[in-house]
Amino acid sequence: MRDVAVVGFAQTAYARSELELNETEMLMPVIHQALERGGIPQKEIGFTVSGSCDYLAGQPFAFVMALDAVGAWPPIRESHVEMDGAWALYEAWVRLQCGDIDSALVYAFGKSSLGDIRDVLTLQLDPYYTQPLWPDSVSMAALQARATLDAGKATEREMAEIAARSRRDARANAAAQVTGDFNADALLAERYISSPLRKHDCPPISDGAAAIVLAAGDLAQRVSKRPAWITGIDHRVEAHGLGMRDLTASASTRIAGERAGVGEGKVDVAELHAPFTHQEIILREALGLDDDVRVNPSGGALAANAVMVAGLTRIGEAAQRIIDGDANRVVAHATSGPCLQQNLVCVMEGRS
Amino acid sequence: MPDSLTAPHVLEYPYTRSTGEVIGRFFTGLKERRILGARTTEGHVLVPPQEYDPETGAELSDLIEVGETGVVTTWTWIAEPRPKHLLQKPFAFALVKLDGADTAMLHMVDTGDPSVMHTGMRVRVRWASDLIGDITDIACFEPEVA
Repeated sequence: MRDVAVVGFAQTAYARSELELNETEMLMPVIHQALERGGIPQKEIGFTVSGSCDYLAGQPFAFVMALDAVGAWPPIRESHVEMDGAWALYEAWVRLQCGDIDSALVYAFGKSSLGDIRDVLTLQLDPYYTQPLWPDSVSMAALQARATLDAGKATEREMAEIAARSRRDARANAAAQVTGDFNADALLAERYISSPLRKHDCPPISDGAAAIVLAAGDLAQRVSKRPAWITGIDHRVEAHGLGMRDLTASASTRIAGERAGVGEGKVDVAELHAPFTHQEIILREALGLDDDVRVNPSGGALAANAVMVAGLTRIGEAAQRIIDGDANRVVAHATSGPCLQQNLVCVMEGRS
Repeated sequence: MPDSLTAPHVLEYPYTRSTGEVIGRFFTGLKERRILGARTTEGHVLVPPQEYDPETGAELSDLIEVGETGVVTTWTWIAEPRPKHLLQKPFAFALVKLDGADTAMLHMVDTGDPSVMHTGMRVRVRWASDLIGDITDIACFEPEVA
């Protein structure tokens, strides 16, 4: 395998509603910042790939308009995935393995505020058995949370403590949307939204964008003092039907984690894409993370959850710890689909 | 600063979907108040039936009838239904494993009272008054012993 590293990362400050900016305007500064930090001029980028969801914009091929943020003339090599940007990064990593180009720009954007996100996500479910019943995204996560509680793998207090820790840590993250000092007892006194989930167990609704610059081999070493080398990356998917799988475990995360080599060394920091508190518990177990691993110092998806962006952001946040010299070996995780249906795991290391 | 200008934008996909052989037979069964599951080569019964076995990828075509009673494997109480929800009163979304099935199906449970809901509770199908060959032919589930 060819060595590929994250050399630049940028993201917006996430907001409940970014009404003043369209997707292109939201992306422009983020892309330019990532390229500047990555030290590679836009015209020298070998491959450009994005992740987004047309359901959010309510327009087929909405991602084509976002190309104005990079400029596609003269023609560029470009691709798009109708997935979280983490999967766009996977495509870029595969493309860089071909060896004929040395750099890639990956970006993701999502304005979750344009429609009612809980209904919009329902429209993506299987149209025969599931969507006509209108289970919303929070209710589906609540089914998983109840199963996890029933299995004795979590308690409501542990879930409240994850919410409190995430939002406390997020105070140090300028991009975070929901931050503050919350007390688990006070949180547990709140009413249920969809039992056993309370408001604090759920992610905020966020608009935002993120971009990552990848470089291979010698180029990465030339443009970055301390590239975040990708030593393993893998993604797996499970059955769509919630009743077809064990909701209290994440087999796809476990397999992706094993193939990405999570257990082959000490993990300093893990950025886990867990939009709901109980999912952090499931993911920690699936990845076999020790109790001393620092999870989601950014605040994670509980602090900002721009749909289609939050997974790529986990890779960016984890990589930044290495680039800044704060960690040597990190794990990033991204998820997609209801109740952790599909999962991607990326392991990165610093070498200098 | 002036308020932002916004305009409503309604997107709809007015398509007619084919149900195919497996889902079509399941829906036809519902019109006759029969619930069908797909039997895998290992002998597992998937309800609602799938066209392919998610474990092996094998094509599935052996459909057998299962019961209209079953057990709640997990649930969430919706105290305040959202506008799109089909029951406009407090209800539960639940996964229900029907008798004779090895997998659970997502549906609604109408108990009127959250204190009645519990994992493991027995429920029975409440059929819709008009059966049209759709997942909503099962109006919801209700406690087996009222």
